[in-house]
Amino acid sequence: MLRVIYAEARKLRRPTLALSTTAIVAGLSVLFTSLVYLRINSGHNTRRGEFVSAAQLSQATGIGYGFKLVAAFLGLVALCIFASQTAQEYTYGTLRNLLVRQPARMKILVGKCIAMVVFAIFMVTVTAIITVAASYLLAPGAKVNTNLWATSAGLSYLGHTFFNVLLSTIGFGLFGMILGLLFRSPITAISVGVLWNLILENILSAALSGSAKWLPGQNISNIGEGGTIDLSYTRSLLMSALYLAVGFAIVASLFKKRDVAN
Amino acid sequence: MSNLAISVSNLTKVYGERAAVSSANFEVPLGTICGFVGPNGAGKTTTIRMLLGLIAPTSGTGTVLGHSINEPEKFLPYVGAMIEGPAFYPALSGAENLRVLASLGGFPQERVMELLELVGLGDRAKSKFKTYSLGMKQRLGIAAALLPNPRLLILDEPTNGLDPSGIHEVRELMKRLAAQGTSVFVSSHLLSEIEMIAEYLVMLRNGKVIFSGKTESLLEAQQPIIIAKPEYAVDMPKLVAIAQQSGHIASVVDDELHVLSPAEWSATFNRLAFEAGITLANLATVRPSLEETFFELTTESGAN
Repeated sequence: MLRVIYAEARKLRRPTLALSTTAIVAGLSVLFTSLVYLRINSGHNTRRGEFVSAAQLSQATGIGYGFKLVAAFLGLVALCIFASQTAQEYTYGTLRNLLVRQPARMKILVGKCIAMVVFAIFMVTVTAIITVAASYLLAPGAKVNTNLWATSAGLSYLGHTFFNVLLSTIGFGLFGMILGLLFRSPITAISVGVLWNLILENILSAALSGSAKWLPGQNISNIGEGGTIDLSYTRSLLMSALYLAVGFAIVASLFKKRDVAN
Repeated sequence: MSNLAISVSNLTKVYGERAAVSSANFEVPLGTICGFVGPNGAGKTTTIRMLLGLIAPTSGTGTVLGHSINEPEKFLPYVGAMIEGPAFYPALSGAENLRVLASLGGFPQERVMELLELVGLGDRAKSKFKTYSLGMKQRLGIAAALLPNPRLLILDEPTNGLDPSGIHEVRELMKRLAAQGTSVFVSSHLLSEIEMIAEYLVMLRNGKVIFSGKTESLLEAQQPIIIAKPEYAVDMPKLVAIAQQSGHIASVVDDELHVLSPAEWSATFNRLAFEAGITLANLATVRPSLEETFFELTTESGAN
């Protein structure tokens, strides 16, 4: 298993992927955090026209606000990476090389998954560091008091948020991996994943009241939020785990039995 | 321990209603070079994939290095393979691509550079795979197949895209490996290459094995051709008549007479021509090449 993880890590750490992903998450982190602090007097400085005031940001929870805001996009990035890294083995024809060197197919699958989870941890950690650093840098200009941020309450909130965002990011990543194994084409897997999560689920939850609590993307995303009044954290955790476990069981079974003919 | 590198019995793969491989039976002795030939779509790659555990046979059995093909984990650590052309990650360098496979198989990383040097890619080790020419990609595929220091090397069209010197190098490499005890199972369209190196041959047509055994036995079993050329072209019709009156099939090809007959008849033919007042400028007996035999056996008309 360690060999598979190490081999997969060699692919993930290639500069074009590792550096571009780091650049994207860093850019998003700086952009979203900056918008919150630089537009604090505009009346709508966060997503969907919502507003967060300097007083709110001065609370202990203010330390993780920017980070939480980027979480949804981290999920999308993870979905794309997990999907492409899985499906490309089919399009490049490299799966046959992997299976000749490691014929235990489940080891390949689980090893790939673990390596990508480690990559997701790296991605979330980078985002957390940059958003917190950017928040500290921008807070004085926005007249936000940071005294409560480094307290145990603030750090505990940041820790919880980190854990939830990580779970959500990994959840979206696994969602992408399932699509990658199912469609065996990076473009199709990513297109379906992005369209489903960004468009279809949003239309469904807007059109059908109460449907959000049944939709996989909404539940995985809600984990990153730490739960909302409409959708509890525990329910989202269970629903996401159920969806991912069923999806993974189906594609793992296909992966194990399917002929490698390309 | 079995003295066979590969053995298959009634191996069959059916896709829908089409049998890609149908009741294939053949054996490849250890330490030999075995050519695996057949027209496009004959089922060569499907057979190779079944041997490597990549696709499951519909029926039949097989062993590789004495282990069932249903347990690839038992023999794959000792098998090197390049199947249907080289497939690597375009954004990784040649060396990095090999390192991925070396990590996966648990082979020493030092072997990567040794093998890249061996296949002539030492100076392009750090270049991305996507920048490689077809020949270089092929060389990298061969290097990847050699990573485990294999006891059995399975190569599917290893000389595709290689220039003549590259083809020569691959041929020499296969000979060298076989001399060191490695069994080589190689499919190729270059039959002249196969004829030069393969002691054993497995020939497929429409998913069926139409010959398996020593290359020598196959070629020896073919009817030789006596090629004769009269000193004066005007004597050609008389020469044709002599051959046909003796009960042999004769045809004129490019100013030469081709007679299908046993090699021993050439002396009689020479005497009959002399008695008819014809001087032969050329008289030779040739056996059909593997390529000619292949066409004879694999074309519908030849096989029926």
